[in-house]
Amino acid sequence: MAIADLMDQVVTTRLDELVSWCRKNSLWPMPFATACCGIELMAVGASRHDIARFGSEVFRFSPRQCDLMIVAGRVVMKMLPVLQRIWQQMPEPKWCISMGACASTGGVFDTYCVVQGIDRFIPVDMYVPGCPPRPEQLIQAVVDLQEKIQREGTMFGKEFYIASRQQTKRALQEP
Amino acid sequence: MPIEETVNALRVAFGDLPVSKFRGDTRAVVPTEKIYEALELLKEKHGFDLLIDITCVDYLNYPGAKDRFGLVYLLAGTVTNQRLTIRAFVNEPEPRVRSVASLWEGANWLEREVWDMFGIQFEGHPDLRRILMPEEFTAFPLRKDYPMQGLGERHNFPVLKRGES
Repeated sequence: MAIADLMDQVVTTRLDELVSWCRKNSLWPMPFATACCGIELMAVGASRHDIARFGSEVFRFSPRQCDLMIVAGRVVMKMLPVLQRIWQQMPEPKWCISMGACASTGGVFDTYCVVQGIDRFIPVDMYVPGCPPRPEQLIQAVVDLQEKIQREGTMFGKEFYIASRQQTKRALQEP
Repeated sequence: MPIEETVNALRVAFGDLPVSKFRGDTRAVVPTEKIYEALELLKEKHGFDLLIDITCVDYLNYPGAKDRFGLVYLLAGTVTNQRLTIRAFVNEPEPRVRSVASLWEGANWLEREVWDMFGIQFEGHPDLRRILMPEEFTAFPLRKDYPMQGLGERHNFPVLKRGES
């Protein structure tokens, strides 16, 4: 068999890109739904909006089977240790979407018990604004996250260590 | 039995209580040390078999208020179809009042909530622990001298970073 015969049957690429391509097209979400954003999250999974079109329809309620945490809703002081534990139980590589105003900033709940943004305590890749966001917005976040994984994903997770340094910088700016 | 008779019975037992009416609801203020006896009388003799709620008001900086905390007991009679509001005032330091958990089982969690939010001690309560806030929380967040944004408790958690988690 000559080399010329192989030309239309072979693709060459970098290993990192191949792995990222595999990962981005089968994100398994862990729904951490604590409030009304959770209802929109269900709508995203249901037939009308159908997140299966983007390969992440397999919602698993065990963190050990998931690689995308979607935090939908406000997180209070009593819930945050639970959130951190579930985040730690998820296997690498993993990503996090902070869905809605409350998960991202605390929203209107600027009170003694509501955590003012989960990104103070766990790493977040995508923020979805809205109260609650439309399902299309969450789908856009998933698509953007797929782009991000394709763009900077590496086989052994080098990008996570860079992100860790950035988060340290952000944490130092907190009051 | 009209509600006036109940109020008169309360007055016979506990002296001349301040009683007011608002939109058909009757309210009576009972001396704090007599609150258990008053509620027992209402439950046993006047058919107020249902405790709707126990809650509290902080009157700090309230114009004309003489006492710091006002406890509110909302009672109802499921047979007589009557409602009655009983109030009692407690003050710092160490606001305490006798628990009514032995009269109504449902008072258990209601009193725990008032303790959690306002720090009012219920003497004789079977299990006076926090019910809403975490165990390690030390303040009483619904008191008026507690800041709206808290005292930094909500930021007091370890930060998980990418590399470590």
